[in-house]
Amino acid sequence: MSLLPDLALVLLILIAAVWTVSARDRRDSVIGFIVVGLLLSLAWIRLNSVDVALTEAAVGGGATGLLLLRACARLGPIEAEGVKPQVPLRILTGVLCSVVAAALAAVVLFPIEPAPTLAPAAAAHMGEIGLGNPVTVVLLAYRALDTLLEKVVLVLALIGVWALTPDPLWGGAPGSLRAQQSSGPLTFLAQVLPPIGVVIGVYLIWNGADRPGGTFQGGTVLAAMWLLVMMADLREPPEIRLHKLRLLVVLGPMVFLTVGFAGFWIADGFLSYPSGFAKPIIVLVEAALALSIAVILGMLVAGPAARPPR
Amino acid sequence: MVEFLYVTAAILLLLTGLGLARMLWGPSPADRMMAAQLVGTGGGAIALLIATASGTTAIIDIALVLALLAAFAAVALSLGEPGTKQQDGSPNS
Amino acid sequence: MSLLADIFTITAVSAGMFFFLAGTVGLLRFPDTLTRLHALTKADNLGFGLIVLGLLPQSPDVASGLKLVVVWLLVQLAGASASQLIAQFASKGGPPA
Repeated sequence: MSLLPDLALVLLILIAAVWTVSARDRRDSVIGFIVVGLLLSLAWIRLNSVDVALTEAAVGGGATGLLLLRACARLGPIEAEGVKPQVPLRILTGVLCSVVAAALAAVVLFPIEPAPTLAPAAAAHMGEIGLGNPVTVVLLAYRALDTLLEKVVLVLALIGVWALTPDPLWGGAPGSLRAQQSSGPLTFLAQVLPPIGVVIGVYLIWNGADRPGGTFQGGTVLAAMWLLVMMADLREPPEIRLHKLRLLVVLGPMVFLTVGFAGFWIADGFLSYPSGFAKPIIVLVEAALALSIAVILGMLVAGPAARPPR
Repeated sequence: MVEFLYVTAAILLLLTGLGLARMLWGPSPADRMMAAQLVGTGGGAIALLIATASGTTAIIDIALVLALLAAFAAVALSLGEPGTKQQDGSPNS
Repeated sequence: MSLLADIFTITAVSAGMFFFLAGTVGLLRFPDTLTRLHALTKADNLGFGLIVLGLLPQSPDVASGLKLVVVWLLVQLAGASASQLIAQFASKGGPPA
């Protein structure tokens, strides 16, 4: 009985995905991509992965759509002459994609019994950490090293985007994000929504300790609010050379790294937490990380510098 | 009550899926964005229905985020060329 | 008492579904972008609002109920702004000077 709506959802996702790939206009593709993201978050809800659904809704529904639509606005029309791949290459690509899809289907439809999982082991030690959300425990306690490296990758991505700045403009501010003409509804939205959005973002970060939520979801919501303010032209994007901006960008990974090294003194080793103090330390790291994520994501969407420094 | 809510969520999914047809047809990007808007609102409603039916209140947070970011795609659609401000402050498009 | 709440929920959610249906049919069948936008906002506002209203008696605690109201208010705000922005985009002009 409950198979029917799930099948319908899968069908909708497939339709939207096929549209995304085959649409003629770039902007239509991006809108299809946004719809795929929204439908995927419903699929994650059906799979009982509320944290992933939250991230998909925040990133897929908000940040990525924004990023891609801005990119569409920057790019001119594509000239397709001479770019068409040969038929053998297309056949090879099709075969490889089918092989990957078949392998994934086989893994899902004919799983090894019993399915290998670390969930019981993860759940067994959650009490020592003191957090209630197993996803946060895995991200910030068991696999904290992975999370630290991921945040460093975010900083590197931002540096990569900034590296696209032409030399004479280095250190300046990114181009204005604003629409071509000022708009009453946009200004209204940018004045009313961000305060609510900031509260919700902080709530998601704080709530991530015990219930679904976390730094990435909260940080993305905060970044989206900042981007809205910049898009409505109520604030300018900051100059890249500002020390305060750069400090905020590295604050998260720095705090994380400091806590990691402090683990040598106060606990068993790198990135290990002293028993009984794990939760406050993790919350501190989460706060710093979320702030950095918000600033990094905002600057990523704003792009490389487009104006000379003042 | 629980079955009623699940059935309602399924019907809503069907309606949202029908709205997808506008995304495939709609001659202008505005039409397609409206279909995306419907998916966003419908998806939020589906999430709320599932949250109440299954008793998982965490899913309400998902609807919260969806509602918060619902307008962003529409905002981005109306962005033109990102321009740099010239000296007199007028945009350079 | 809970029977009354259940009846209220079923009525309100069904009414919300009706408006969602109307909005979707309008989105598909109306001849013009702006008329379709009008239909969409009916689904957005009334459909969603009635569904939230119907779910309020079923929420397990006050916090969830308040969250539902916040979600509804956000959808109102976002829906109103988005429809204005889409309309501006569709008519290719800015707001009247």
